[in-house]
Amino acid sequence: MRERQASRNARRAREFEAFVAGAAGRLMHAATLLTAEPPDDNPRARRLLTAVLAHTYAGWDRLHGEDPYDRTRQYMAVRFARGAWHEYGGLGRAYPRIRPHPGGVLRRLTPQERLILVLRMYEGVAEEQAAALLGLPTERVRAICARAMATLLHPPREAAAPVAKVVPS
Amino acid sequence: MSPVSRMEAEVRRVLEEPQPSVPPELFTEAVRRGGRMLRRRTAARRLMWLLLLVAAVALVVWLSAAQPWVEPPSETTPPLTGW
Repeated sequence: MRERQASRNARRAREFEAFVAGAAGRLMHAATLLTAEPPDDNPRARRLLTAVLAHTYAGWDRLHGEDPYDRTRQYMAVRFARGAWHEYGGLGRAYPRIRPHPGGVLRRLTPQERLILVLRMYEGVAEEQAAALLGLPTERVRAICARAMATLLHPPREAAAPVAKVVPS
Repeated sequence: MSPVSRMEAEVRRVLEEPQPSVPPELFTEAVRRGGRMLRRRTAARRLMWLLLLVAAVALVVWLSAAQPWVEPPSETTPPLTGW
């Protein structure tokens, strides 16, 4: 019993190490894009990825032939969406209340825009899958993705947060 | 190339650009935390089974002692009149 447990632990660690060696670079990049941190200073992305990989490791024996990369990516999206709620006060706000980050190519986007853009354009997840994962209608995912792409390619002139201004009537 | 797909290609190029390095302690840290999660799960499962076992034993003991299916002896008898 104990011996079988030990051999299973060793096998899990071996397989997981191979998985991390192959996938960590890409996952790290995705996490850094999500948190909108500069690539050389990304403590939040590291924390996110460590927690997500720990979850993958804990569920390794129950994958049942599923792709671990897919699982990890899904959990990262869900965890980021949940974390954004706490840290930013909702998915819609562009800047965190706690501390702003100067770097990152996606710094002008809201966390939700970043999440959808990374899922769709960087990871190549289908629109329907991304919508199902986040619990949004497909049209909404398409609209958010289009807006995020437009903001990324044609950033607004001023560096201020894209908060909707109250138009005086 | 349509404008939309050109835009998508451009966005992909922007997203691919900065490559962050993977911290060396990532694997060990993930294994440490994941292993802790696994051990906690195992402990929680064991505790649940233990509680279930204790509850089952307690139920059996109580059943054999109290025997609630036996009809209790009647405490009120109709008064005997006209005997």
